[in-house]
Amino acid sequence: MEPKVLTGEHFINGDIACAEGAIAAGCTFFGAYPITPATEVAERMSERLPDVCGIFIQMEDEIAAMTSILGAAWTGVKTMTATSGPGFSLMMETVGLAVVTETPCVVVNVQRGGPSTGLPTMGAQADMMQAKWGSHGDYEIIAIAPSSPQEMFDLTIEAFNLSEKYRVPVFIMSDEVVGHMSEKVLIPEAKEIKTVARIKPKGRKDQFKPYQPGENGVPPMPAIGDGYNVHVTGLTHDEQGYPVMSVDTQKDMMNRLLSKIRDNLDDIIRTEEYLLDDADIVIVSYGVSARTAFTAVDMARQMGIRVGLLRLITVWPFPEEMIRDLSKRVKGFVTVEINMGQISREVQRCAGANAPSYLVGHAGGTVITPDEVIHLIKEAF
Amino acid sequence: MKYWRAPLDTDEIAVVRGKVYIINDRCKGCGYCIEFCPREVLEFSKEFNIKGYHPPVVKSDGCLNCHYCELLCPEFAIYTVEAD
Amino acid sequence: MAKAKANQKVHPLEELIRTERLPHIWCSGCGVGTVFSACLAAIQETGIDHKKFSMVSGIGCSGRGAGYVKLDSFHTTHGRSIPFATGIKMANPSLNVIVFSGDGDLFAIGGNHFIHAARRNMDITVICINNFIYGMTGGQVAATTPHMDRSATTPYGNPEMPFNLPLMAYASGATYVARWTMIHSRDLTDSFVEAINHRGFSFIEVLSPCPINYGRRNKIKSLDMLKLFADNTIIKNNADPAELDIDFKKGVVLGKFVDIDKPTPDENYEKVCMMR
Repeated sequence: MEPKVLTGEHFINGDIACAEGAIAAGCTFFGAYPITPATEVAERMSERLPDVCGIFIQMEDEIAAMTSILGAAWTGVKTMTATSGPGFSLMMETVGLAVVTETPCVVVNVQRGGPSTGLPTMGAQADMMQAKWGSHGDYEIIAIAPSSPQEMFDLTIEAFNLSEKYRVPVFIMSDEVVGHMSEKVLIPEAKEIKTVARIKPKGRKDQFKPYQPGENGVPPMPAIGDGYNVHVTGLTHDEQGYPVMSVDTQKDMMNRLLSKIRDNLDDIIRTEEYLLDDADIVIVSYGVSARTAFTAVDMARQMGIRVGLLRLITVWPFPEEMIRDLSKRVKGFVTVEINMGQISREVQRCAGANAPSYLVGHAGGTVITPDEVIHLIKEAF
Repeated sequence: MKYWRAPLDTDEIAVVRGKVYIINDRCKGCGYCIEFCPREVLEFSKEFNIKGYHPPVVKSDGCLNCHYCELLCPEFAIYTVEAD
Repeated sequence: MAKAKANQKVHPLEELIRTERLPHIWCSGCGVGTVFSACLAAIQETGIDHKKFSMVSGIGCSGRGAGYVKLDSFHTTHGRSIPFATGIKMANPSLNVIVFSGDGDLFAIGGNHFIHAARRNMDITVICINNFIYGMTGGQVAATTPHMDRSATTPYGNPEMPFNLPLMAYASGATYVARWTMIHSRDLTDSFVEAINHRGFSFIEVLSPCPINYGRRNKIKSLDMLKLFADNTIIKNNADPAELDIDFKKGVVLGKFVDIDKPTPDENYEKVCMMR
């Protein structure tokens, strides 16, 4: 039996690092369905979960995998599933249920080329908008984009913490390249790892309202068997959790579901800045493409072009204010991502008429090269 | 109910008597309790309940506390208890 | 059923009902309430602490069951009650998880989940109210609608054949399989008690009338449907599951068909993975 936290230096790929991050974060339930290039997450979890008295179950499809982790989450445990594009599409139904029932869970999407079966063994970043809008209705979720195996470890812990704190599904929007890339991963000692657990209710059980907001607009969450007799439904519900088909209930519920994220952006949004202070041109990038962007910034600087990088660690919620502020003082934005224009549109929306926004992107399959970025910068500015 | 013959110990057995309680406003008037009562002690009331249905009413005191109306009622609107 | 105390002024199942939510949504003459009531009576009769129960429903009329029971209860998405219940059971095997849902939910959109939970012998109790139709959406043909019956989407009669649900459960690996109708409420309650106490995947099909969306189109009043349940059914325990097709002309077979002992995935997981 291995310990919960494998403290030390490891040479492992992103998928394995993600699984180790989950275990270190306290995940004890994984609902699986195999899919390239995310399968290694499931394989590692199947090996590791029994070490921490956790449950691994391979379900009959991704719908069931995603649904099982919601059921398990209500028993009071931290849960995760991992998939790629086609499975992510199937999970979207249950993502909506997770959002509306405020069930904490972590969903890893190791992105591959799409649409449909697409390019199973090659990377892409083309599910970014699906992460935001893939299930029906308005909602807010949190999506994190790791750029390295080390971040697959660190940010998986972060994903669990945010999920527990805000009772919201958190997506780890990785990609085939980061998932399959092996690098050195430093796993700290267990006591140095900060983990967050959901807040449990206190007080009289017969007066408990499961959806009465507590701190940060997030309601405390009991577990099945605690004696609170909660009713949890995917229908529009009031604070008691009971379905109420009215315009007002819909409005109140939606406002709170959105505001618990929108009112806490400072706590949720994580970005990294590189040579941004004096930059005329800002590259916006995330995940594996950010690695390209770092090199492109250095190359441009050598050529005397003042380029800086804003790396999105959390992609959703989107750092609108940050882009808006930058747009007032820079010549323009370049978004680097492996798709035909997704986050670049967000940048364009936030920059508005203040500064132009360009895309360096292509269909899935390969990473973007720094040369492509430099080429565009030279052409456009 | 018809029997082929009366049990020999009929005189010695104390017959359980039941009392029917009806929660009128829960009733949706399906009539299952009336139709399936083995003792036929119920009938539709002339009165309307809050939802506009005719709930059942006890017409005779033959209830043997078999609980069948209670089991069959889809509305939790009727139950029986052993009469004192 | 619980024995009501003399002069008790509340319904004996009151402690398990979210009474503030009554009246429930089920139409006059709908059998779901009766089956629901039998289920609550069975929960009471097991004597198990109510905190140790959880009810999971899917979508549809029967799927509203979870909304009226005073337990930790979950009204999930369409067809997904079984994987949700699977998550609960595996994460906390000490809980008794009851899936209360309908034929459309469990056997059309949720069919795949059903057969796999049965294959695993997942230790949950699945109650399927079979009213032969999609009730909530207005009476469209279901995977259980008898051949040639009319529905909102088979106006000329159903050209397809329905499932034999106990056969499917048996073939998939369920270790407790029974069928009753809602008027056999005593047998039904007993069967629910057995199923809750059964270790492994238990499945009970309960035939139930939908007077509005099935009965009306097929010219059968709810009372006549109930009489059909009473008169045209045969109780035959251990009947061959292959011979359980529903045909009221021939007589519909009711009873307990399967009750066997097999290890469950939660106990096996512990043996195979944790105690290795």
